[in-house]
Amino acid sequence: MSNKSHVTATINGATQEFLCEPRQSLLEALRDILRLTGAKEGCNDGNCGACNVIVDGVLLNACCMLAVEAEGCAVETVEGMARNGELHPLQHAFLEETGLQCGICTPGFLLAAKALLDQHPNPDEPQVRRWLAGNLCRCTGYDKLVRSVLKAAAVMKEA
Amino acid sequence: MNDFEYLAPRKLDEATALMARHGGQAQLLAGGTDLLVFMRNQRKRPQFVIDAKKIPELTQWRINGDQLIVGAAVSCRTLWESQEVAEKFPALADSACLIGGVQVQGRASLGGNLCNAAPSADTVPTLIVHSATARVDNHQGTREAPVEAICVGPGQTSLGADEILVSFALPLPPARSGAAFLRFIPRNEMDIAVANAAAFVELDASRQRFSAARIAIGAVAPTPLLVEEAGAALAGRAVDDEAIATAAALARAAAKPINDMRGTVEHRKQLVETLTARALRKAIERARKRD
Repeated sequence: MSNKSHVTATINGATQEFLCEPRQSLLEALRDILRLTGAKEGCNDGNCGACNVIVDGVLLNACCMLAVEAEGCAVETVEGMARNGELHPLQHAFLEETGLQCGICTPGFLLAAKALLDQHPNPDEPQVRRWLAGNLCRCTGYDKLVRSVLKAAAVMKEA
Repeated sequence: MNDFEYLAPRKLDEATALMARHGGQAQLLAGGTDLLVFMRNQRKRPQFVIDAKKIPELTQWRINGDQLIVGAAVSCRTLWESQEVAEKFPALADSACLIGGVQVQGRASLGGNLCNAAPSADTVPTLIVHSATARVDNHQGTREAPVEAICVGPGQTSLGADEILVSFALPLPPARSGAAFLRFIPRNEMDIAVANAAAFVELDASRQRFSAARIAIGAVAPTPLLVEEAGAALAGRAVDDEAIATAAALARAAAKPINDMRGTVEHRKQLVETLTARALRKAIERARKRD
């Protein structure tokens, strides 16, 4: 067993320090060390998007990044989306439009959608579909997810 | 995943020194979208993982005189989001925006795509038709190689165990030139090419005749292929359906595909001919719009 590495990163706005093995992915560190279990392990090879997080503003699969690479980075997970007990407009829209059923893929979709809206507040439908293409959902058939994201964009524009 | 030591040098000479020392036991980490998957399924078992992403030469891109220099670890998303890249190298944006989803594109790099050496690598035919050269360093010096000389077989490259792919240099496209990349997959996103093709054309002053052309194809041979004879057949010819069909037929003839779960030999040959013709048409259209 190798020496553990010491990592300091900003997780959902708060500075956190943790020890991890170099071989642990960011996903493993989030779930098993920091106990942030929102990001899910689906395929563990970058296909399903269930582990999506935003690192320094970039949407990525936490299974395809080493935890040690997060040193000095700002990591956003689904746990950071609601503020002061108030859901993020995307989370509201997912509820209202039935953008989720079993919920396993939901944190990944929320982060992909947030990354899209952070950068493109007025996406059209093809753009939403393109940004959600790296996420798999076996329940909703995707149309409800796309509607949810478009609705959230409209709500956020009014606010 | 097996245990390893993680190293994150901040300078290129530190990285080449590490590669000289650890050579065959080390893997360079760029986006990790292939490497970490291979390490998890034990296909690769490095004792040292050397992170390339703290080294400026590998992580930056710039227009330098008459060249685009792209660090080997620059993400695909960085490239397709750049208006300058999209304007000057639309085929590069074509390629960079269809590898995986947005979350893969945020990490995956041109250098990783090339060094992974998949026959289906979607950025490699584009780099080849743009006459890109790869800068390769070791602790003793630096060399340049055409991109088409890097892949030698599925998963195999001509890089030495102590060498690092640092960056790519692409000559800025001349006036009246255009390029395009197309691939075929059975769905809209998130798949591996059944076949792909890139085309670069330069037209003469009348824009009715080819001055030069380059065609490269992928997923139809052990490595991405430069089809020199297809480009040569177009030079000096009038831009018409017959010329395009001739080049596409030569691309088909150069293809040596296999049967696998993604497609049959015959399907791939048909696809590569069609994709070559369509990529040529798109490249011509772009060339006609450019000054």
